[in-house]
Amino acid sequence: MAYTEKELQKELENKEYEYGFYTDIESDTIEKGLNEEVIKEISKRKNEPKWMTDWRLKAYKNWKKMAYPKWPNVNYKEVDFQKISYYSAPKKKDKYKSLDEVDPELLDTFNKLGISIAEQKKLAGVAIDVVMDSVSVATTFKDTLAKKGIIFCSMSEAIEKHPELVKKYIGTVVSASDNFYAALNAAVFSDGSFCYIPKGVRCPMELSTYFRINQGGTGQFERTLVVADKGSYVSYLEGCTAPMRDENQLHAAVVELIALDDAEIKYSTVQNWFPGDKEGKGGVYNFVTKRGICHDNAKISWTQVETGSAVTWKYPSCILKGNNSIGEFYSIAVTNNYQQADTGTKMIHLGKNTRSTIISKGISAGYSQNSYRGLVKVNSRAENTRNFSQCDSLLMGNKCGAHTFPYIETKNSSAQIEHEATTSKIGEEQIFYCNQRGIDTEEAIALIVKGFSKEVLNKLPMEFAVEAQKLLEISLEGSVG
Amino acid sequence: MNHLKEKLLSYFIAFEEQVEKKSFLHSHRLDSFAEFEKTGFPSKGDEAWKYSYPVLLKLLQNDYSIFPKELANHKLNDLKEYFLTAADSYKIVFVDGIYNPFLSHTSHQGHDICVLSSASVQNKYKDILNTYYNKLGAKQEDLIQLNTAYVRDGAYIHIPKNTVVDYPIEIINFSTGKQQNPLFIQPRNLIVVEENAQVEIIEKHHSIAPHEVLTNVVSEVFVAKGAQVNYYKLQNDLDTASLIDNTFIRQEEKSEVGVYTFSFGGNFIRNNLNFYQEGSRINSILKGVTLIEKEQHVDNYTLVHHQHPNCESHQDYKGVYFDRSTGVFNGKIKVEKEAQKTNAFQQNNNIIFTDTATINTKPQLEIFADDVKCSHGCTVGQIDKKALFYLQSRGISHKEAKAILTYAFTNNIIEELKNPFVKKKINEILAEKLGFNLQFSFH
Repeated sequence: MAYTEKELQKELENKEYEYGFYTDIESDTIEKGLNEEVIKEISKRKNEPKWMTDWRLKAYKNWKKMAYPKWPNVNYKEVDFQKISYYSAPKKKDKYKSLDEVDPELLDTFNKLGISIAEQKKLAGVAIDVVMDSVSVATTFKDTLAKKGIIFCSMSEAIEKHPELVKKYIGTVVSASDNFYAALNAAVFSDGSFCYIPKGVRCPMELSTYFRINQGGTGQFERTLVVADKGSYVSYLEGCTAPMRDENQLHAAVVELIALDDAEIKYSTVQNWFPGDKEGKGGVYNFVTKRGICHDNAKISWTQVETGSAVTWKYPSCILKGNNSIGEFYSIAVTNNYQQADTGTKMIHLGKNTRSTIISKGISAGYSQNSYRGLVKVNSRAENTRNFSQCDSLLMGNKCGAHTFPYIETKNSSAQIEHEATTSKIGEEQIFYCNQRGIDTEEAIALIVKGFSKEVLNKLPMEFAVEAQKLLEISLEGSVG
Repeated sequence: MNHLKEKLLSYFIAFEEQVEKKSFLHSHRLDSFAEFEKTGFPSKGDEAWKYSYPVLLKLLQNDYSIFPKELANHKLNDLKEYFLTAADSYKIVFVDGIYNPFLSHTSHQGHDICVLSSASVQNKYKDILNTYYNKLGAKQEDLIQLNTAYVRDGAYIHIPKNTVVDYPIEIINFSTGKQQNPLFIQPRNLIVVEENAQVEIIEKHHSIAPHEVLTNVVSEVFVAKGAQVNYYKLQNDLDTASLIDNTFIRQEEKSEVGVYTFSFGGNFIRNNLNFYQEGSRINSILKGVTLIEKEQHVDNYTLVHHQHPNCESHQDYKGVYFDRSTGVFNGKIKVEKEAQKTNAFQQNNNIIFTDTATINTKPQLEIFADDVKCSHGCTVGQIDKKALFYLQSRGISHKEAKAILTYAFTNNIIEELKNPFVKKKINEILAEKLGFNLQFSFH
């Protein structure tokens, strides 16, 4: 029997989430609910200075005034913010001095995820900051990086040790009153990664953060801040997983990137939060604000592979403030079963000779809905702006949907903007062509999906490209060989 | 805005006194009035009005007169120049929203080309009105409800089976500027084209003297199996006139409808153009050219709803923007899961000549079927400098070269026009706007 698309669909539906285990570690979780006391408590537990506590409270006040956002093209039950615990950390007596002191259960967890921290220590390659249930548990390669003057640590450590840097940059790109979830994050964020690359330094390795939600009934609110000083370069990776649960867990993160003159930041995400089961029960709500600012001649490049989450809603953006700055966005979003994704980017051109490229590939299967929503805005003073956007969607079956909402706003006569989008399915002719040459249908579909997403996969750093390939395999198992 | 809403609400009974209450339109008026009372005008944050809300808000601040007086002794001979042709067309003419029989040329021979106010009180039209009137508008946004509540008159066109209408039909709305206050009019057109019939319609709105007028026109077009309709909208009004055009088109199988929108002038123009495909093998064509200057604002808002298999839609909108003008394009293609083998194309190209002009464009695809070919493309750019240089190096002045290239940019839409009168008129307007004699193209 020939392998048909229907069979593939069935296989996809039945595919289980591989990272759905739960680790039984003692954890320190504060009571559910949100009020000023909770925020003060979080701040107190983290030994934060007063300015930080005040900043949080101000954000909370703003958040209370904001309306629940309803505009995205997704459907889900409204989140009850009083039923979430805003702080959960693996219990620890003291700060870990070395990896040997880390709870073996915890290490085991990361081994299961395929990121053995101990192993990473031996193999030079990627420096990892691991964030579990909102708190950073381990950061590797600190010493090697410190020699170059690079600061790579958890956010709480940064607030403690480098308050001047944090104070200077935090909230400058995504302000505490930017949007509903950014304000919530500013009020309750528990940890995250902080990274500073000094002037003229090229970071010798990929920096990486691994996020994991472990505890039930919690939300994860982490905040990442990457500052690349003049003429520096950094490549930053981010990965995430969560256990399988019936409830919907909330993940509302904020990522701020600051590329000063001539700097370059490459930020790659492989997002694989628990997507819910095949009936669409459970799964993570992924509501993330990511934004970067480019000063003169700087470049920010976002690459994302979105395969997880029940509801994804994120728009990694670039503010091209400096002249000659460059913004890039490469994205693959795969949705299956009842997943919903509303994702895209914003490119705000303010400086002269700024350029941006957007390549977005959406693959929808099952009953999923996949939307691209993007904005390209050209200010009246942004001369010689160039933008190219391409959004392609691939549909498998007629129960899913693909949508595009590109906004283009131009106020300058020298701007050149191009946008194109296509929607198609895997052509019968294409499969027939492959069959003819002895490639069976399953492999043919794999080949076509691979070819469809190649443009974006190519942009991922080596270490991640492998993981991303693997994820595509999981999400569209049977189709990618 | 609230002031205007209050005024509209409180004058409704007085308005009903003035118009024919026995008319068929009466019950629809009441329902829509209640609906409008609930919803009011579009509000801030309304996605459909994202880029045009500030302009709309400003327009709705005016103190409009809601009942225009009938002007008997207007010099009507002056209006001849606005007609496309003197003789070879049917004409339905309204002056300040009121039907003017002297200027019109209606017909009941083999088809009905007349006005809604008279059709709605006659028994023989009852069936058609019952089947079609307000069927597409009923569930629409606030401004359509307002139109239905305050409808006074409009074109009533019914083309029976297998009839090819010999002349094009012109629907012209004049506003005189003789009314005391700014004028707010709500024309309503009903067009029913039966099986295999063919008709051409041209719709225009003109101010005779500069004065503020806001026209909120609703047209419902029903096109039966195998019928063909070409609908031209010529929008070249004075800077004091604003237009909100709401057109709803329902197509049945194998029919073909083309709507060609030319926006060359006016303070504010909003075109809500909606196609509903209810049958297979339908072709829908939406084309438009916008060429505006000064502080003009044109907003094209289109929807093509594909609900059945094997249909096509072709959309192509060109925009040229000078001075401080603003252009908005929002095109939505929706493909339902039953609509397999749909071919839907959408293109929006813009040229922006100054740094003070703005273009906001949002081509939108919503697709639920997997075996479809849908694409959209959208560009914002300038006149090619090399092409400009090439022309100048051959002795053509800069201004002329620019005009030629701009004309060429819009030409693929104009070229396609089937009606020679419309084509000629468009070329004339473009020549005038570009300040250049485009004689070469008139053949």
